[in-house]
Amino acid sequence: MTRGRTWQLVIYVFLLGFIVNLAGIVSHVVVSSFAKRWFGKPLPPAFTTDWFTYAWTNFELGQVLLITLFIALAVVFIALVIGFPAAYILARRNFRVKPILMLLYFLPLLIPQMTYGIPLATTLYKFGVGGTVPGVILAVLVPMVPLAVFILLPFFEQISLNLEWSAQMLGATRMQIFRRVLLPLMVPGILTAGLLVLVNTISNFELAFLMAGGGSQTLVVALYYNVFAGGVRPVYSIDAMAVIYMVMVMSVLLVALRFVRPTQMVFRLDQPRR
Amino acid sequence: MARARTDERSELDLVAILCLAPSLLYVICMFVYPFLYGVYASLQPVKGPAWSLKNYISFFTDAYQYKTIVTTFELALPNSIAVVLLGLFFAYNMRRGIWAERTITTILVLPISLGVVFLSEGILGFYGTNGWLNQMLLGAGLIHEPLELTHNFIGVILSLFMQNFPFCFLMLLGYISGIDPSLESSARMLGAGPWTIFRRVMLPLIAPGLVIAFALVFVMSFAVFPSAVMVGQPAGSTRSISIAAYQQAFEQYDMSYASAIAVIMGLCQLLALIVIVLVRKRMTIATTMGVGKR
Repeated sequence: MTRGRTWQLVIYVFLLGFIVNLAGIVSHVVVSSFAKRWFGKPLPPAFTTDWFTYAWTNFELGQVLLITLFIALAVVFIALVIGFPAAYILARRNFRVKPILMLLYFLPLLIPQMTYGIPLATTLYKFGVGGTVPGVILAVLVPMVPLAVFILLPFFEQISLNLEWSAQMLGATRMQIFRRVLLPLMVPGILTAGLLVLVNTISNFELAFLMAGGGSQTLVVALYYNVFAGGVRPVYSIDAMAVIYMVMVMSVLLVALRFVRPTQMVFRLDQPRR
Repeated sequence: MARARTDERSELDLVAILCLAPSLLYVICMFVYPFLYGVYASLQPVKGPAWSLKNYISFFTDAYQYKTIVTTFELALPNSIAVVLLGLFFAYNMRRGIWAERTITTILVLPISLGVVFLSEGILGFYGTNGWLNQMLLGAGLIHEPLELTHNFIGVILSLFMQNFPFCFLMLLGYISGIDPSLESSARMLGAGPWTIFRRVMLPLIAPGLVIAFALVFVMSFAVFPSAVMVGQPAGSTRSISIAAYQQAFEQYDMSYASAIAVIMGLCQLLALIVIVLVRKRMTIATTMGVGKR
């Protein structure tokens, strides 16, 4: 029993250490964004909110936020519209090429975005959409469509087929079944998929970065460029921008966590036999 | 289980095809086609004859370029091993739930959702020479010179770990807590100690999930890009292969060479996956022999 206690203690100490480090990383950014000047002291001597106004005007954050929101909402909408029917068929039907299809949908999630992002960028620039807002949307959708499919799939599996059969027997057409039976039952699934696609799109870096041109930078890409150009702008203003980004991601995340358990937000491994 | 609920009709009718078509076309046009085009483009160097291996030859004869493979391995391998072993240890010991589990797992989702760019910016501040960690250690008298933790190899490892550990841990936690607890109870009833239960009963059951987790973490960290630039030394010790590909594409504007490097990167990841799958095959035989007939 004492050995069990020791293990428990080790676990808590490590997790606590990890969380403290994480909290340190996050709050360092937050404190720095409110600091007037901060150098080598535990806390800055004076606080100010000026860096937010500075960041807002100098980084054209209004514009960047608008573009980010537009891209994110467009990605969510398209991913849901084309992912929904595919998830339905994959959940309901069995056919010979289904495993191949599943693998094909899984690959964009498995292969790192940097690996396929460069050929994708080459292709999109060849067709003249590279560096534009539609180009970013097209690129970010590549992993987001499969993500939407894989999130929606188990929700469809939970809806009993008997409901559809009953509706059919009572004379409902396909459209009516969709409108009156499936859609209302799928609201939680659609919300979950929509929110997770939204948060993943806002925080997507690699694809948005490879495809972004002057007027199509999302917030996280703009943040990267400013950290990269380190020293050009005061670090406090960059941190202010990072805080705005963080607030944006966290607010979506807080809503999303009402619907999903944290363990569901990473890959779903097949459960072992029960 | 899921099988029973699906429609018995196995034919693909018009409706099914129409439903699948948009997403399938999307994946084919925007994922499969660019991939094939990338391979094609890599064989068409900007200068020189069409259809030649010139890009690949120049990659493997230029030490500045081919060393990126070694650099990337040096970053990805230790990180993946540490992440998976720690992830396994914690997920295994938390399999029956612990106090404040929901809060802890929620906090752990944060770094995954915030993304690596934000984390790297935070790491620059927190672990920097004037950061809180160094101030604390200096203040406690543990060190006399601030530790150099950013803009080098350690910084990238820190950033990769912060990003990958929660991912791997949550994935394994979901997997391990799905294992039937009665198996463990039976083993205990038959007199097995905690170590024997882990080694003989649980590990063989966890192994498939563990291998997938390792593969995912390794492949993810092999494509390390933003953190290698932001908290690393992109010109030196952390010049990973994706930095090489990016520089060719967007600094030299040689898309053909960049595609070649992307293909090499993809092949390295594929190679690693094959090795992992082979190791897993050997592992299954070994454990099955140990456990006897299952």
